[in-house]
Amino acid sequence: MNDIQGRDLEQTPLYALHRERGARMVPVAGYEMPVQYQGIIAEHLHTRENAALFDVSHMGQVILRGEDVAAALETLVPGDLQELPVGKARYTVLTNDRGGIIDDLMVTHGGDHLFVILNAACKEKDLAHFEAHIGGRCKIEVLSDRALLALQGPAAVTVLARLAPPCRHMLFMTGATLTLADVPCFVIRSGYTGEDGFEISVPAEEAERLARLLLDEPEVRLAGFGARDSLRLEAGLCLYGNDIDETTTPVEAGLSWAIGKRRRAEGGFPGAAVIARQLAEGVERKRVGLRAEGKIPARAHAPITEPDGAEGGPVIGEVTSGGYGPTVGGPVAMGYVKAGRARAGTPVSLMVRGKALAARVAKLPFVEHRYFKR
Amino acid sequence: MGIVRYTKEHEWIRVEDGVGVVGITKYAQEQLGDIVYVELPEVGAGMTKGAEAAVVESVKAASEIYAPVGGEVTEVNQNLADNPGTVNTDAMGEGWFFKMRIADTDEVDRLMDGVAYQEYVESLS
Repeated sequence: MNDIQGRDLEQTPLYALHRERGARMVPVAGYEMPVQYQGIIAEHLHTRENAALFDVSHMGQVILRGEDVAAALETLVPGDLQELPVGKARYTVLTNDRGGIIDDLMVTHGGDHLFVILNAACKEKDLAHFEAHIGGRCKIEVLSDRALLALQGPAAVTVLARLAPPCRHMLFMTGATLTLADVPCFVIRSGYTGEDGFEISVPAEEAERLARLLLDEPEVRLAGFGARDSLRLEAGLCLYGNDIDETTTPVEAGLSWAIGKRRRAEGGFPGAAVIARQLAEGVERKRVGLRAEGKIPARAHAPITEPDGAEGGPVIGEVTSGGYGPTVGGPVAMGYVKAGRARAGTPVSLMVRGKALAARVAKLPFVEHRYFKR
Repeated sequence: MGIVRYTKEHEWIRVEDGVGVVGITKYAQEQLGDIVYVELPEVGAGMTKGAEAAVVESVKAASEIYAPVGGEVTEVNQNLADNPGTVNTDAMGEGWFFKMRIADTDEVDRLMDGVAYQEYVESLS
C-alpha cells in the first residue's frame, strides 16, 4: 500500500467526516481512505455484533444501457445475466483469454439498465475493457458523482428500516431504489463482511448528511479498511489483487458457482475453453482456507509447504491473504495449494520468517455467513 | 528511573546501571494499531545496534523492531506472549519487550532524548 505514496491521492465525499472522527488515513487504490478510527479489532467485532458504516466510495459505479446490454456484458463474463431478473444482483468476474480474472464485480438489473460496481484499483482498466469490447453495443455511464456507503452487521436492517421500512423485505442480493432522508438512493442488500447489510449508492452531495444520520443511530459506528479486510478474510471472500488476479481462474479460485449453467454449455466469454476444460478435468491448484496452530499470522506470499521438518518440506502453494481474525480469535489465511492437498484437514506448513508453522487446510468461510435469504 | 532515549525507528531504551529496557513508543503502537503477537529475541542473544531484535504483528502487518544499541539480551517480557495488547495500552511501561546488557554506553548517548524525539514525531505529521 505504500507504492502509491507521492502520487496525488483522491478524496471521497466523506473525507472531512473521516478526519473529524479521528480516522487514520492511508492510500487505497489512489484514494486517501480510513484504515481505522478506534481500532481494527473493536471495529471488526462491532460489525459482527451490531452495525458498522464503511465508506467505499472509491469503488467504480457504472451504468450500462442498451437494447441487448445483458447479452453484451455476457461476452465478457461467465455469469448468467440474460436470466437475471429485474432487481436481482449477481457476483461475476471479467475474464481474459486464459480464463484469468481481470476484475470481480457486482451486476444488478436495474430495469432499463445494468448497474455495475467495480474494484477501485481496476476501474480504469475495466472501463477501457468495456469500451473496447462492448462500447458499440451499449452506453457506458460512469457515476463519478455518487458515493457508496456500506452498512454492515446484524443491526443494519433495523437501522436502515427506520429510514426506509421497505428495506426489511429485500432479500440478499437484491437491489431497489429507496428514499433515505428524502434522497433517492440505490440500495443493494449485500456486502463484503459475511454479515447481513446494505450497500448504498448515494449522490455525492448528500453522502455526508446521510452518513451522519446513520451514525446518529445508536447501533452504528464507523469502521475502516482494516476491519473491512479482516471481516472479508474471515468470511472467505476474495480480495482482487491478492486472492484472484489475471493469472487465477474462477475454477481455481473456488468461484465456479458464479459460472452460469447455460454459460458452461454455450461459452461465449473470454477463456471459455480453458474454464470448460478445468470444470471437466479439474485444476492443478485450488484456493483454500488455512488455519495455523499458535498465534503467529502468516501473511500474503508466505510459502505453503508439505508439513515435514522445521524448515518445511517441498513447496505446495502460497498464502494470498492472511492475518489475525478477531472473531476467530487467532490467525486465519487463504491461499492456493496443489489440488491433491486441498481437502479440509490436510496438514501443511506455513513458512513465516524462515520457520515452519504447523497448519491445516480449513473449510471456508471461517465465520459463517449470515445473509438474509428469506 | 534512569534515562530514556529514543530511536528514529520509534524504539525507546531506559538505562539503569548498564542495563537497558527496550520497547516501542506510544507513537509506534498507535501507528501499528492492535497488536496480536510479539516475537521476542532469545535470552543470551547478542546483537549490534540496528539489528532486527523482535517482530510485532498487528492485525494488518508484521513490523520489525531493531536493537537501539548493541548488547546482549538478558530477559524478555514473557507477559507479552499472552497479552500482546499490553504494548497498545502501556507502551512505555508494562509493554516493554526485552532487557539488554549494553555493550557501549556511547551508543546510548547518541540517541534522541525525549524533547528531540517529540520534535521528530511532530515533524512526521
